[in-house]
Order: sequence, then C-alpha cells, then structure tokens
Amino acid sequence: MTGRILPFGPRLTPTAEPPAPSRGPGRGEPEPPPLSPDDQARFRRLVLPHMDSAYNFARYLCRDASLAEDLVQDAFLRAFRGFRGFRGGDPRAWLFAIVRSSHLTWVRSPGARLQAVPDDVEERPAEEDTPEDALLRQGEIDIVRTAIEALPEPFRETLVLRELEELSYREIAEVTGAPIGTVMSRLARARQMLLAALPAEEAQR
Amino acid sequence: MSACSDKEALLHGLLDGELDAANAQAFEAHLKTCPGCAAAFSAQQGLKARITAPGVAWRAPDSLRAQLEAMAAPAPEPRRPLRRAAPWALSGGFAAIAATLAVMVVQPNLVGLAGIPSPAVAGLEDELVASHVRSTLAEHLVDVQTSDRHVVKPWFNGRVDFAPPVIDLIDQGYPLVGGRLDYIDHRVVAALVFHRNRHVVNLFIWPSKGEGREPDAVARGGYSVVHWTARGLEFWAVSDIEAKDLKSFEQAFQTHAPS
Repeated sequence: MTGRILPFGPRLTPTAEPPAPSRGPGRGEPEPPPLSPDDQARFRRLVLPHMDSAYNFARYLCRDASLAEDLVQDAFLRAFRGFRGFRGGDPRAWLFAIVRSSHLTWVRSPGARLQAVPDDVEERPAEEDTPEDALLRQGEIDIVRTAIEALPEPFRETLVLRELEELSYREIAEVTGAPIGTVMSRLARARQMLLAALPAEEAQR
Repeated sequence: MSACSDKEALLHGLLDGELDAANAQAFEAHLKTCPGCAAAFSAQQGLKARITAPGVAWRAPDSLRAQLEAMAAPAPEPRRPLRRAAPWALSGGFAAIAATLAVMVVQPNLVGLAGIPSPAVAGLEDELVASHVRSTLAEHLVDVQTSDRHVVKPWFNGRVDFAPPVIDLIDQGYPLVGGRLDYIDHRVVAALVFHRNRHVVNLFIWPSKGEGREPDAVARGGYSVVHWTARGLEFWAVSDIEAKDLKSFEQAFQTHAPS
C-alpha cells in the first residue's frame, strides 16, 4: 500500500485501497507487471465468484442494466490489475469498493451528464407464460426493487450492502468510507423511507 | 405507542445481528415490555424479509458472466501476441488486456524493426493485421461469399468509390473466398479474401494517395504483410502464411490482375 488516499472512496484497512481507475483523468502511472499464474488462479478463486454481488451492487448504484455491465467489467479489470494490492480480508468488500469507485468515476465523467439515467425506473414487461403466482411474485419483486431504487444516495448503497450483500456495519464503513455511526444512521433512515414507500404486503394481495 | 427514540440503534443492531450478547439480551427483554418498540421491530423484520426475498438482488446477466469468465481464464501460451492483443479477443484473458495496454505504450519502440519507415505507417500495418485477425476471429470473413469474381466485383459497386480488381487465383493455389468491406485508416476499404491451404489471406485495397510508397514486406508477430501499389490503388496483403508465400501471392495477383 502506498499510503495514497483516493480523491473518493475508502481506504480499506484490512484489505487494500482499490486500484486507481483504469480510465479517466489522473492515470498515467506505470503499468504494473502482469500477475503471476498463481495470482491469476487466486483471482479466479477469490474474486471471480462474486460477479453476481458486484453486478447487484453496480446495478443498484447506477440503476441502468447496460451501464451496470460496463461498470462491472471496468471494476473487474481494475481488480485484476490491482490484485497484487489485495492483502486478504473479504474480497467482496474490496471488490465493492472498486465497483463504487468505477461508478463515481463514471458519474463525474462528461458522458454521465449526457446520458443521465432517469430517476423513475422503466417498467419491466412481465414474462410470458409464467404461472400466476410467479407473476404475483414478480410484481412484488418489482415493487421492492423500485422502492430501493428510489432511495437517494447514500442511503441506497448502505441498504443494498447490508440487506442484499449482508455486509457488516464495519465492512460497509470500509467500502463507503463513512464512520460506523454514520452507516447505522443511514441504514435506519433508509429503512424508515422504505417502510413509508412500501405499502404493506397484505395490501398487494 | 411509539418506539423509544433512544433505542433505535439497539433495534437495528438486533435486527442485523450486530449486538453483543449482553446488549441483545437487554434489548430483547425491553421488547417484551415496550409495545412501541415491539411493533417497530416487527415492522422492520417484515421489511427485511421483503428486501431479502429471492429475486430482489440482481444477478449478473449470462453475457457478462461469460465475458468475465473468459477474460479471467488462464491465458494461452503467448505464441501470437497480436492475436491476444486484439481488443476483441477477450479469450486472451485479463492478462492479455493488461498487456495490451502496456504494449500500446511500448509499441512505437517495438515496431522500429524490419525497416518500418514511420510510426504512422507502422500503425497502419498493425491496423491491417488487427483487421485480418478480427476477420478470422469474429466470423466476419466475408460479406459476399463466392468464388465467382463476377459476383464479387459488382458487389463492391456502390459500396466503395473505386473499382477493386477482383480475380480468382485458384490455379495459383489461392482460391477466392469472397469480399468484405472493412475500415482501415479512417476509410472504408475493399477486402478480398483468399485461401491458401487452410490459411486466410486478406487483401485490402483502396485508392492510393499518390505518395508512391515502396513495395515492401514485413512481419508482424507471426503475420506477414506485403504491400504494393498498382493502377492508383494501394494493395495490402495480410496473412499468417510464410512471407515468401505471401510474396508469391502478390506476384500471382499482379500477373493476373486486369491491366
């Protein structure tokens, strides 16, 4: 670890700081030497299995399917190139920090202003030939997803990391760079907003 | 009957399993005596169950999954650096992509070999090789697939603003496979595709800018590139066959091309 503090994002004490963005201003650092085959195998074993988690987090961060794919690709490339800097700890927390930083890089890019993702989420068409109860279930999933997506940041990322990715308060603090007390109050606030936004499930049936 | 405002942290802590045993026990005892907190806790449990229900979390699409798995797959032995450096050759592994970035920086120093006149020209030849590799990898070898030059030639009409000579060299061992449009050096060019045994020869053709470059032949990481100019057109042949074979292809083409 170089001790460099990123302009955004956390500095992960038990793991490592996320590698610098692979594109955008501020790069130009010398290319790290390629990973050894052993490190590559370690990457496949430790990091690659978390692509669902990375995509889920990216998707709720940016609320756009194709952008989320781009962010995850960028994050995995950065994770791979910076894998030498990963020094144990939860690889997911490390990966989340990189996804988050990829997202921030994108948000600050000129492209983000040109194709801003609208806040209201488009309706997903119901799948055909689905049993009725599955349709009902899909409806419930859509309702919950939409409510989560409507949460403002930083409450959304805090809630997603806790409830969907099951990170501890401490890990969320590491990923988001916020003190634990702040994480707790954001989580309480996020849940309060969700309770207000989500009509009781019984009312949906 | 509202929740105790000073117990919010305890409530969420219990919900998230973040309390130590003593605090958990104490707050559970409090829940039994405080209906407000009990109701709030129950509401939070219901909310948590809805959020954590299967299906709410997104799963990586199969396309992304396949891409990342391919990218992280062990890189094949570094036999053909250019094939691996091609940006669309994702199967080359993350290492290859990282290496690509490095190679792009280092490239100007590397391509001084083989008497390349200038970085600009070296860039063109790399672009040609890249197009050749892409045509063989991306299953986009030909847009018009026929060995009949009378089909291929008119096919280019209206697609490029020049008339590339189209001939079949099957008698010389280079059967015509078809034609394709490609994009080289910021312009649409004609590409004729020939076979040599099981190898592919791409012949890129576009109007010469009249700067009369010397005919030359160079090698690029296992690929041969041969260049000549004739009747106001630039010809660039690219293949993974031996350089001398590509040279004989050039002679065959020059000999049989309509003058």
